[in-house]
Amino acid sequence: MALGALYFIAVFLSLGFGTYFIIEKAELGDPLRVVNKFLIYYLVFDLVFRYMLQKMPVTNIKPLLYLPFKKSQVVHYSLGKTIVSFFNWSHAFFFVPFSIILLTQGYEVINVIGWHLGFMALIYCNNFINVLVNNKDNVFYLIAGVFILLGVSQYYGWFDITAYTGPLFDKLYDIPITAIIPWAILIALFVTSFNYFKKNMFLDGGLATKVTEAKTENLDWLNRFGNLGTFLKNDIKLIKRNKRARSAVIAGFFFIFYGLLFFTGAVDSYDNPFMKIFAGIFVTGGFLFSFGQYVPSWDSSYYPLMMSQNIQYREYLTSKWYLVIIATVISTVLASFYLYFGWEAYAAVLAGAVYNVGINSYLVLWGGAYVKTPIDLTSNKKAFGDKQAFNAKTLLITLPKLLLPIIIYTIGHFTLGPAAGYIFVAVFGLLGFVFKNKMFAIIERIYKKEKYKTLLAYKQKA
Amino acid sequence: MITVNNLSKTYGANTVLNIKSLEIPKGQSFGLVGNNGAGKTTLFSLLLDLIQPSTGHIISNDVQVDQSEAWKPFTSAFIDETFLIGYLTPEEYFYFIGELRGRNKADVDALLSEFEDFFHGEILGQKKYLRDLSKGNQKKAGIVASFIGNPEVVILDEPFANLDPTTQIRLKGIIKELAEKEEVTVLVSSHDLIHVTEVCERIVVLNKGEIVKDIETSTETLKELETFFGG
Repeated sequence: MALGALYFIAVFLSLGFGTYFIIEKAELGDPLRVVNKFLIYYLVFDLVFRYMLQKMPVTNIKPLLYLPFKKSQVVHYSLGKTIVSFFNWSHAFFFVPFSIILLTQGYEVINVIGWHLGFMALIYCNNFINVLVNNKDNVFYLIAGVFILLGVSQYYGWFDITAYTGPLFDKLYDIPITAIIPWAILIALFVTSFNYFKKNMFLDGGLATKVTEAKTENLDWLNRFGNLGTFLKNDIKLIKRNKRARSAVIAGFFFIFYGLLFFTGAVDSYDNPFMKIFAGIFVTGGFLFSFGQYVPSWDSSYYPLMMSQNIQYREYLTSKWYLVIIATVISTVLASFYLYFGWEAYAAVLAGAVYNVGINSYLVLWGGAYVKTPIDLTSNKKAFGDKQAFNAKTLLITLPKLLLPIIIYTIGHFTLGPAAGYIFVAVFGLLGFVFKNKMFAIIERIYKKEKYKTLLAYKQKA
Repeated sequence: MITVNNLSKTYGANTVLNIKSLEIPKGQSFGLVGNNGAGKTTLFSLLLDLIQPSTGHIISNDVQVDQSEAWKPFTSAFIDETFLIGYLTPEEYFYFIGELRGRNKADVDALLSEFEDFFHGEILGQKKYLRDLSKGNQKKAGIVASFIGNPEVVILDEPFANLDPTTQIRLKGIIKELAEKEEVTVLVSSHDLIHVTEVCERIVVLNKGEIVKDIETSTETLKELETFFGG
């Protein structure tokens, strides 16, 4: 968690101090009003993040049930635990500095306090809403969908929800006493969650683990790939049936659209050819990075089986390699729409794809040998910021994944022009392809060397 | 079949296993007993090259297990739930193991049909993933999977634990039958002295990592073991 948390703290802090002045400089109007306008999206994002990542308090209740506590004490304890969660106090890094800046800029003390307290309550409201809707996927997707639509329609000027919500949040400042309202909502939500939990605290009630009905799938069409098909079948089931693996794939899918930031000129500092090749790598390599970096951790819960069954290392690695390659090819096809932004954009995507297939596919497998983080497939809650995933070796391997293609491109760009830059990157990728056997021999040796350490690390459950 | 030479495993100053020499001939049914921490699972893990020996080595059918992977085709094991793939249904799991060991669906189905009694209608066609089965049923699936593909060495760690009485009795029958086949070497560990004396021709007692008894099973064996562990 540590690294991800530090990152967010840094982002929040700089936003907290910077927002006021950025808005002032951009002359968008009264900074507080502008912030209020967009706070509805802030709250919704927060909720989405929590839904995906925040650990639910029920996880460790079972052992408490048999001990001499009153049920209400147990519920208080576990709800109390959510209150001190990172997902709540991290917001203080934005709101506290922002409020301080407001005060130094001559806003009324009482009003700022009212606004601040009101928001604190709203953040905590999110906390309990999340507790209540936990694992109700339909509700979640409905809310997320509605707000994506609202965002889009605001962008195109069809309908502006902030025109209605902004003034509401303004009231917290204009009439500080209205801060009581969010607090009242918060208390109501707390009481509701409390009762809900208390009522459901039985092993066969709220504490029961959800059992989904399983269906045996044959996927016989993969048999034609021989041994490879055997593993591919498993990997497809892994992705289909496990929340954590599914999120990795979805994250990879969204990377396809990451390039829009670069190719539409939406962000000024991204608008240069060097960043475009960077974008090309990400657009086609989303799956490669989000899923590939955790090979072999996806198999961590049954790694002893994989290591003692009749499996040669080479086959195992080859199947993972093919999975990554297939996904890269699919991403590249899906990314064809970048043609719309001109040949350079599409050349960057294609060059990135070839580089991903030829070089990065080895590098993620290689890096994976050092990522000894056991993965709990059924839970999303630790999906980012496992600190073991960020050791020095994996970071070192990340550099050639991203920087090397930029450097290669730059050389081509300055010697023979942009087209040569893209061709250089692609040629480099093709070279990697030629040396496949050599690369696999090296990777295999590393996996074998790390085998015992990996087995031991996977034994310590996440 | 299996030869153990000067094998030891040490964690820091703590020696958890130390076996000067041990010879298990082909076709023997071999029982391993000992209290918790005696080194049973450590020995099995070394046999499967899941941990590295501190000294010495194991040779299985002329293959030194920590040097070559050639022992994998003729060895199979069920140690614990890390030998199960939780997100597969039992059928998918059996077919997966079958494919790894060069057996097609029909072969696997034929083998599974022999274990209908043992499964007691709780494994096949249950519309459940392995992770959602009870501990006992998971064990049944894991044990049967270790029989797929005619392995010559079968290693089962605590196979009787978590099973209901009926299944325990059936499992005894299955292991005895397996042991009668000349070419299959079965290694079983257990805390249940009665079961192990019933199914194994030879019993080795481990205590704090060392072999303290090596008995050919006879009518007196149970008494001898009970005296050892009781006193």
